[in-house]
Amino acid sequence: MSSILSTRGLTRTYGDGESLVRAVDGVDLDVAAGETVAVMGPSGCGKSTLLHLVGGLDRASGGEIHLAGRRVDQLTERALARLRRTDVGFVFQAFHLMDELTVIENVELPALLAGRSPRAARARATELLRRVGLDAKGDALPTALSGGQRQRVAVARALSNEPVLVLADEPTGNLDSAATLDVLRLFEDLHEAGQTLVIVTHDERIAATADRLISMRDGAFVDETRLTGGTTGHLGALAGLEG
Amino acid sequence: MLLAIAAATTTLTLGLAIHGVASDPFQSSRETTAGPDVTAVIMPDPEGGAVDPAVLDGLTGADGVVDHSGPYPVAGATLTHGDRTMDVQAVGRDTEPAAVDRPAVTDGDWVRGGGVVVEAAFAEATGLQVGDPVTLAGRSFEVAGIAVTTALVPYPWTTCLVHCVLGQLPEGMRSAPGAVREPGTVWLTVTDVEEIASGPLSYVSYLKLADPDDAQAFVDAHNQDQPGAPRLEPWQHTFEQVTHLERNSQRVLTTGGWLLGILAVASVAVLVGGRMADQTQRVGLLKAVGATPGLVAAILLTAHVAVALLASAAGLVAGRLTAPLLSERTPGLIGAAGDPALTLRTIAIVTAVALGVAVTATLVPAIRSARTSTVDALNDAARPPRRVGWLVALSSRLPVALLIALRVAGRRPRRVALSIASMTVTVSGVVAAMAANAQLAAQPILDADTETQRLGELLLIITVTLIALAAVNTIVVTWATVLDVRHASALTRALGATPAQLSAGLSFAQVLPAFVGAVLGVGGGLVLYTAVDPDEVPLPPVWWLAALVPGVMLAVAALTAVPARLAARRPVAPLLQAELA
Ligand SMILES: Nc1ncnc2c1ncn2[C@@H]1O[C@H](COP(=O)(O)OP(=O)(O)OP(=O)(O)O)[C@@H](O)[C@H]1O
Ligand SMILES: [Mg+2]
Repeated sequence: MSSILSTRGLTRTYGDGESLVRAVDGVDLDVAAGETVAVMGPSGCGKSTLLHLVGGLDRASGGEIHLAGRRVDQLTERALARLRRTDVGFVFQAFHLMDELTVIENVELPALLAGRSPRAARARATELLRRVGLDAKGDALPTALSGGQRQRVAVARALSNEPVLVLADEPTGNLDSAATLDVLRLFEDLHEAGQTLVIVTHDERIAATADRLISMRDGAFVDETRLTGGTTGHLGALAGLEG
Repeated sequence: MLLAIAAATTTLTLGLAIHGVASDPFQSSRETTAGPDVTAVIMPDPEGGAVDPAVLDGLTGADGVVDHSGPYPVAGATLTHGDRTMDVQAVGRDTEPAAVDRPAVTDGDWVRGGGVVVEAAFAEATGLQVGDPVTLAGRSFEVAGIAVTTALVPYPWTTCLVHCVLGQLPEGMRSAPGAVREPGTVWLTVTDVEEIASGPLSYVSYLKLADPDDAQAFVDAHNQDQPGAPRLEPWQHTFEQVTHLERNSQRVLTTGGWLLGILAVASVAVLVGGRMADQTQRVGLLKAVGATPGLVAAILLTAHVAVALLASAAGLVAGRLTAPLLSERTPGLIGAAGDPALTLRTIAIVTAVALGVAVTATLVPAIRSARTSTVDALNDAARPPRRVGWLVALSSRLPVALLIALRVAGRRPRRVALSIASMTVTVSGVVAAMAANAQLAAQPILDADTETQRLGELLLIITVTLIALAAVNTIVVTWATVLDVRHASALTRALGATPAQLSAGLSFAQVLPAFVGAVLGVGGGLVLYTAVDPDEVPLPPVWWLAALVPGVMLAVAALTAVPARLAARRPVAPLLQAELA
């Protein structure tokens, strides 16, 4: 399998001198198309920073990032914006939905920002909502939804422009177990549909569903485990736990 | 906020202070100079021969006349001073003070053989001073004195005692032969007048009535519309003319004061609203330690009322200090507009307005913040944005920058309304000032007209203040908006909007209300001006009005560009990492 994403010596530092913080410190990461990678590690080890660098939300201090065959670490702000718009989908721990927009308006927003016609954007959003099982909630406001439902809306939004890579930063960090399971299933569906995913998580259960598990400490990768077997097994076990 | 209220109260103070003084200098001058109640003039037929001053004696014996002076001879002449030549009407007077109309000498002495006394406003406009050598109809004189009278309208709207022309002659009209143009008034001895006269003389008599209020009735009763009959004028006519300017500037000032007041309310509301958002957490703390909602509102209110009192004090002082500058002595009167009084009433009104501003501007946010649940406040949950559904739907059809702009605007309808209101008020003010200026320009006025200049300066000051306040307001609103939408902005960028699109969007969000405000303001300004001045409404050139709207939009775009660009370039990652959306 070819690499959709690869980084070489990726570094991000904050401050300088005495107070220099190496949030990400020489990371080499390769993610193959269709692969789901989980990143785990203690708080402050640089997981979010890594995702932000890869997704073009933040700029690296050093190293290279290649996304879909293109070098992207030296792009202009404008080109980065285009990258976020077309190649990357984000899912955040705090959902970050716009409260004044309805569910479907939230989902269609990236398509509108990408210059799609309102009708095409609406059609795509409707389809995505069906995919995440919320087609009935299109006209509701996010505040009327449960946490798990909100995160599913956020996932639908991340898929709006058919990104080559979906980045999720602790997508279940604000959710209870039942909702976590919901979102987990959704990611699994995505995985089966061939979507490439990088998920940062504290949750062992989520990590267990990935193809690969990477452990981070102090800005660097310290361990890598290739997980095997169908994730359904884990899910089944999880569901059992729930019961 | 302090500044906004202070600026507004200053103008209000000016308006009110000037209110009281307009008529006073004229009345006091009239008493000092034993001003006539009725002036009677008889002029020679331009084609024909002399007139008989005895005609005027018929009037001096009329019912109701208690005293009189004259008839005095009047001649039109040319006055030369250095290389300047001006037309004058030369009034022949006794060297002794008369019973009615005793011009008050403000400099030098009263008339003597070979010595002329120059009317004060004319002297001021022409720079004539005591001791200056002048030539009248070819004969040499010296300026003996400068004096003030209320028997006629001072230069340049001089009451004509000889055939004269003021301003432009209407098309097709010819001036009478020998008529003088825009004359000033000088007093000479009777003999001197007779000597410089080149043709038949006019005569003027001044009458004192038992009751000055009867002047108009007396004039109506005795004016005969036939050649050779004397022309009568009541003192009120002079009064009207002299105080016309004061009434104009007073109107300008009070209207300007109100406009500034409204604008100040708008800016203050935004400022307070913004600060209140910062204070939400503090409110939460206050409530957490047991303050009741009422107490919280009271605390906030007290803080702002204190600021308002301070600001209005500053405004009163500033207004008191600037008022004399604006209402400097009206030339041609004595003791004139001098010190606009700072009456108790003025102080009360100004303070009340300032307090009103503060209370209004505080009440909404105070009540709201007091009502928010303590938990929300502690969590600093920002004011939830509003949803304006049709705006969202509409915006999805527009280019990205406009989409962002409409949605940003739609989140805070009240703030948008304030922006519109503020812009409407400013543009109204500017349009009204432009209309007033156009009117000033349209008047048949001489170049030496200091009064028009003064009014023009006044308009300029108010206009500049209005624009300055609006600019401050725009910047404040933009910052408030930028801070308010920082999460949404970061998210929008994360979803792929470029910095350029975002900063354009944030700018447009201000420019759109400005556009609406400008359009409303152009209409409002014309309405305002018509309301203030129903009789005479010369419109400013249409292209000015047309240029105003895009001009305003450009200005707002420029003002908002910096905050918007800064906001759009802020790194997005930290904002999105915050656990709270
Ligand atoms: N803007 C910043 N300025 C300075 N230091 C920062 C900044 N952002 C992050 N850091 C530091 O970089 C390091 C990595 O932060 P990061 O948020 O990536 O950690 P994380 O692994 O996501 O932690 P968590 O699990 O708590 O989300 C931390 O030590 C943090 O203090
Ligand atoms: Mg993190």
